[in-house]
Amino acid sequence: MEALDLARWQFGITTVYHFLFVPLTLGTVWLVAGFQTAYYRTGKLKYLQLTKFFGKLFLINFAMGVVTGIVQEFQFGMNWSEYSRFVGDVFGAPLAMEGLLAFFLESTFLGLWIFGWDRLPKKLHLATIWLAAAGTMLSAYFILAANAFMQHPVGFEIDPETGRAVLNDIGAVLFQNTAYIAFFHTIAASFLVSGAGVAGVAAWKVMKNKQVDVFRPAIKVGAWTILVSAVFVSVSGDMDMKVMVEQQPMKVAAAEAIYETQDQAPFSVLSIGDVSGDEATDVIAIPGLLSWLATGDFNAPVQGINDLQQQYLEEYPQYGPDMNYVPYVPVTYWGFRLMIGLGMIAALYALWVLWAFRGGRTPRSRFASIASASIVLFPLLGISAGWIFTEMGRQPWIVFGEQITADGVSPLVGAGEVWLTMIGFTLVYAVLAVIEVGLLLKYIKAGAPEVVVEDPYAEAKKDDDKQLYFAY
Amino acid sequence: MDLQTIWFILIAVLWIGYFVLDGFDLGVGMLLPVIGKDDLRRRVMINSIATVWDGNEVWLLVAGGATFAAFPLWYATMFSGYYLALFLVLFGLILRGVAFEYRGKRDSVSWRKRWDMAIVVGSALPALLFGVAFGNVVGGSPIEPLATSNQPDLAGQLNYSGNLLDLLNPFALLMGVMTLTVFMAHGAIFLALKTSGEVREASRKAALRIGLVAAVAAVGALLWYQAYSGNVAFTLPLALLAAVAWLAALGLTLKGRDGWAFVFSSATILLAVTTLFVGLFPNVMVSSIDTAYNLTITNASSQQYTLTVMTIVAVIMTPIVLLYQGWTYWVFRKRISTSMIPPQPDAGRADDRFASAGR
Ligand code: HDD
Ligand code: HEM
Ligand code: HEM
Repeated sequence: MEALDLARWQFGITTVYHFLFVPLTLGTVWLVAGFQTAYYRTGKLKYLQLTKFFGKLFLINFAMGVVTGIVQEFQFGMNWSEYSRFVGDVFGAPLAMEGLLAFFLESTFLGLWIFGWDRLPKKLHLATIWLAAAGTMLSAYFILAANAFMQHPVGFEIDPETGRAVLNDIGAVLFQNTAYIAFFHTIAASFLVSGAGVAGVAAWKVMKNKQVDVFRPAIKVGAWTILVSAVFVSVSGDMDMKVMVEQQPMKVAAAEAIYETQDQAPFSVLSIGDVSGDEATDVIAIPGLLSWLATGDFNAPVQGINDLQQQYLEEYPQYGPDMNYVPYVPVTYWGFRLMIGLGMIAALYALWVLWAFRGGRTPRSRFASIASASIVLFPLLGISAGWIFTEMGRQPWIVFGEQITADGVSPLVGAGEVWLTMIGFTLVYAVLAVIEVGLLLKYIKAGAPEVVVEDPYAEAKKDDDKQLYFAY
Repeated sequence: MDLQTIWFILIAVLWIGYFVLDGFDLGVGMLLPVIGKDDLRRRVMINSIATVWDGNEVWLLVAGGATFAAFPLWYATMFSGYYLALFLVLFGLILRGVAFEYRGKRDSVSWRKRWDMAIVVGSALPALLFGVAFGNVVGGSPIEPLATSNQPDLAGQLNYSGNLLDLLNPFALLMGVMTLTVFMAHGAIFLALKTSGEVREASRKAALRIGLVAAVAAVGALLWYQAYSGNVAFTLPLALLAAVAWLAALGLTLKGRDGWAFVFSSATILLAVTTLFVGLFPNVMVSSIDTAYNLTITNASSQQYTLTVMTIVAVIMTPIVLLYQGWTYWVFRKRISTSMIPPQPDAGRADDRFASAGR
């Protein structure tokens, strides 16, 4: 393999891996903050227990999000130096802002939250988790705005002398609808994942008859989180589609494997055979639905891959007559379906769980407990599939319409070096994955802690040499 | 002053922040086998930095992000050039980051031993390699223009054409030994300030012993640096000042004035990094092939608009960040001793008992 392909694999592996932990962080931090607020307001110990139980799982996950994120920050320079030279002027700005506005906030206030139980008054301690949660949202926003620039570059011009992109409107970069919608969609999907995690774990504990009064309320919280986010995911996904048709029509065509432009385009639910041929064989297709999703009109035309390829060849003569502007269709087609399908399985689970546990009932089947134990994996794979679809559907562009991926790679980093680091990262990541899953299972099994001291801050004030309430 | 110069200074400030702050927690990490004779002592050490290490590390992330935004060509050349060295740094930071969180989560001696190892290696690798990297930035490394580029417009860009071994030249290695030993001693001085009892005593001893080694390495490296420095008239006095501050820090440690000792060891790091940056100005990366190929604050920077936007953001946000980070240090100002460490390493929590029979 060449350095280019390896660099792409490396970026794909490390980013997808980072994003396994990110959605769990993004949603769970709010749910934990919610539990702690419920405790603060009602004084009911079960909410404190839930705060600590899910807080612990959250922190085990957060640690992985942090260390894999550090790699991301430097990867653009390592593997994509020509890309960094070309767009650094524009792309670096949101990245630097993310650090200054978000990472400091998250890390500092989470530190205060973890170790501050006996160092801060109750109310202030509660505020720290909310601030950390706000930090995660800021972080997601800035990085998604940066990504939105790659999908739909705005707010810049090309300097004729240096050939580099030059920022001329930061407002356009930070506040374009591509960024809003990606944020809305990604956050909603992250809540879907976290809701599934909370509902699944809580249902599993109740089915095992462990700490039933503590975990029963969490089932409802998780299930409703799933259902509400499923609505938001669909609404935002629909908006996303309409924007994508305007900005990256090739991605829409590739998502649907539509080769010829057609009116009343159908939405293919499933197909068999080779979607990368000139025609896919739809098994189930809903007529007109794609046209409607894409434009709001059942009869509107949807452009096909072959026409778009022709159009781009004329538009970008500099890449020559042999350039291929078509992303790898099997991945976009199936990625899109897996994203929606796997995510919606979580919504079905939420409906089932609400019904099965209604009025104090508890289902006992083996299937029910396997489903609960594994449900979080479905939306998690769905959200990854969504990103893989988004990123690979943008190919061959690294910055749509401005730079192709092959031109963005570091020119002097050799295949050997990339192999070495790719194997290195993959091995460390694999080992850490096993360790983290082991720890999560251990703490899920151990259950919610019994709370002995209710107000550690008051106690610590009485006795200055007291043991720390929490220590590593 | 033009914006490029301002950003050159701001990036120096970010590195100073990073080396002063993460410097001591990398140091504490490396000292685990030196001072932490038993598990309880090691836990005292880890808990003395546990509340702040993540926030400290963000200084590095922001230094990286700010370089990307303000000097994209510096970011691109340095990180693609120092590729394998940076990989080792990242490798270390990954291990160490999870180790803090996971170490106490199983009640098993071999489990904790392994994570201790991860903390030591994960702290030593970055501590050494940051010095090596800076040695190459200021001392020069093989940088030359690339004749052709995939992106035709970008032909002629300056790229690092050496390999990992070129990075390991004697000057850079001495710089690495300097950062390694200075951070260790700085960490020991921090521990003396943050702990009481046996750990404090052991830390002060370690600070003095390692501090002397560090003094030799640092004086050697900074004097050698004068050969590369573009502004000896400034860098020589600064370097001497750094040496004086270091001796003061050691003297104060001897006297048991832990707080002042820490102030002076921080001042040493501040002065040493300033020395490096002053000697580098107006370059940002020196080419050992031809000075015409140096990356400078003019040929590597973003345009005025980006720099203006980023200046506004930095001017507003930096004081706010300093304020709340300072506040955390205040909240956790209490000295930690072995008697304050709760016995349960598993949950790490004194007052909560994990409930069910799951364990
Ligand atoms: C569990 C997760 C999940 C679920 C159920 C859905 N999505 Fe999604 N989708 C994502 C998770 C996701 C994602 C991972 O979050 C992506 C990748 C980038 C982004 O912003 O969101 C994404 C991207 C993405 C894109 C591409 C955006 C672009 O490239 O510009 C479209 C068009 C949709 N989604 C549309 C939908 C529709 C119509 C859905 C169902 C009603 C849907 N998504 C459900
Ligand atoms: C929001 C921030 C993101 C940015 C700035 C970004 C940027 C990039 C860049 C520079 C590449 C390299 C070009 C290429 O190989 O195609 C890439 C590829 C890729 N990214 Fe992203 N990405 C982001 C988020 C994500 C996320 C969250 C995921 C998935 C979880 C992801 C998945 C991928 C994959 C799978 C590739 C490889 C695509 C291919 O090789 O065709 N990206 N992205
Ligand atoms: C490829 C682009 C990306 C880069 C360069 C990047 C960078 C980073 C870095 C450096 C950290 C560690 C921060 C710390 O130490 O506290 C981090 C963590 C985090 N990132 Fe990313 N990230 C990327 C993609 C994303 C995306 C797409 C999202 C969300 C939509 C995201 C959300 C987060 C969150 C919430 C955290 C907090 C830690 C955690 O994940 O548990 N990141 N990221």
